[in-house]
Amino acid sequence: MALLQLSRVTMRFGGLYAVNELDLSIDAGHLYGLIGPNGAGKTTVFNVITGVYTPTSGDIRFDGEAIAGERCGRITRRGIARTFQNIRLFGEMTVLDNVKVAFDCRQATTLGTAMLRTAAHRREEERVALESLELLKIFKLDHLAGEKAKNLPYGNQRRLEIARAMATAPRVLLLDEPAAGMNPQESIELMDLIRWIRDRFRMAILLVEHNMRVVMGICETVHVLDYGSTIAIGPPAQIQRDPKVIEAYLGGA
Amino acid sequence: MRGGLAAALVVAGLLLLNALFTGAVAPAFALPPYLLQVLCLAGINVTLAVSLNLINGFTGQFSIGHAGFMAIGAYSAAYFTVTFGEAVRAALGFLPAFARDGAVLLVALAIGAFLASIAGFIVGVPSLRLRGDYLAIVTLGFGEIIGVLILNIDAVGGARGYSGIPKLANFFWIYLFAALTILVVYRVVHSSFGRTLVAIREDEVAAEAMGVHTTRAKVISFVVSSALAGIAGGLFAHYLMYVNVRSFTFLKSFEIIIMIVIGGLGSISGSVLGAILYISLTEGLREFAQYRMVLFSLLLVILMIVRPQGILGHKEFVTFLTKRRRSIGAAPGTPGNA
Repeated sequence: MALLQLSRVTMRFGGLYAVNELDLSIDAGHLYGLIGPNGAGKTTVFNVITGVYTPTSGDIRFDGEAIAGERCGRITRRGIARTFQNIRLFGEMTVLDNVKVAFDCRQATTLGTAMLRTAAHRREEERVALESLELLKIFKLDHLAGEKAKNLPYGNQRRLEIARAMATAPRVLLLDEPAAGMNPQESIELMDLIRWIRDRFRMAILLVEHNMRVVMGICETVHVLDYGSTIAIGPPAQIQRDPKVIEAYLGGA
Repeated sequence: MRGGLAAALVVAGLLLLNALFTGAVAPAFALPPYLLQVLCLAGINVTLAVSLNLINGFTGQFSIGHAGFMAIGAYSAAYFTVTFGEAVRAALGFLPAFARDGAVLLVALAIGAFLASIAGFIVGVPSLRLRGDYLAIVTLGFGEIIGVLILNIDAVGGARGYSGIPKLANFFWIYLFAALTILVVYRVVHSSFGRTLVAIREDEVAAEAMGVHTTRAKVISFVVSSALAGIAGGLFAHYLMYVNVRSFTFLKSFEIIIMIVIGGLGSISGSVLGAILYISLTEGLREFAQYRMVLFSLLLVILMIVRPQGILGHKEFVTFLTKRRRSIGAAPGTPGNA
């Protein structure tokens, strides 16, 4: 049984099929690339998996349990985290607090303990602060912990988005164009980082990306979408030769 | 232990000031009645502004019905005191007079806070489940509904206003609850829960995606804010001994919004500053008679051009000062930016 399994998932907006009868399955430790021309429905797939949209039809299973239609926050607590294509950090908050917020979804403190400042609450806060710093260190952001997120340079904001998603302790990580706007050197570092995360935490990673060097460089399986439908699935080398994929990207002869 | 000592010091200090201002220590120190009243109303406005800032400033949900919750608190607390106050006082006959008054006031305020928070829950649950400006519209309507409702309840005076409320609140109680409100909001904001509130303000979609139960957090924040407004209303009623629906129109709500905007949304000390500034300005400009509100509006416009983020912005007063000093370029070794 795959960790994340989508069967015949359809998302329709009026007459437009943004995602059409999509089948997709990812195992733990798997790096899965989702590509396709603009408007192919890649981000919609993310939104359907994470509960931003409820699919029109079809079944989504995480670890065997149906999750389609659940609230976004609930799905995150189950263990599916994501980053956003257009960076969505908490701009006015510090880098450290951005990560702490994500940690909080697994925290047991309530408003009552926070108000009374109980010893348990203080211990919990210390633990969260320590683990958050630990995580920032992995992403080489610890020296910026006190900086406001909106003041970070672009590449660091992208990395912080991934760090924040990791703080929810996910088993499936969805990365929406993490290399967008990065220079070649930065994207190489990003590839290493993504690979390292996968190996270290043995998590499944679903990657949407336009940078083909990144996708072909790290994904074991590449899934190509066009107009919401699957046109090819396979290892990178095979996808690169697939005539249907070439046609979708370059147009038919 | 340290917290208990600090609380005792605050209470003792407020009691002393109260005795001073009312002239109980020595008549020479007494404040003129007008000044004392302005001071007390400023304290009530501090409570209102700080509590509204929790929802408008920190959670980023725009409520314009704060006066409605204040009205619920004012009328329900006053109704309790007028109807049952004597019975409670008689039952507590073994206590000295000031303790009996205090007990009645505390129960009345608790009732006011409770009913205001219930109203906050009822208004908040449907409108906060949605993203966007629905809360503003709903709270605006809610404020009007409360006004009309009270106007038609004859037991609390209807259009005549509600009079005959015993004067149980004074400088001490008003500033005690202002201090408590600041403490409550400070602790809420500086906790893991407060972090999620600010995250919701910054980006609600991202907050939800990080596992935050956004609706629940928003509703809790709104309910706490409403309860505190209810307390402010109760104090208002027991201080002026008379309440009228006309004190709680949407104009009052806007007054409170102006206070937190000039002080800085998302800054507790900013709200305190804003509330005091607002009262000082509106009272201080009285000598200009009919030009008073013109001048006041002009000052607000100038402030919004010069500092659109409010006087303190997102910062608290202490950090505001230290950051300022550092940016001016203090000489090496200068203390103050610790």
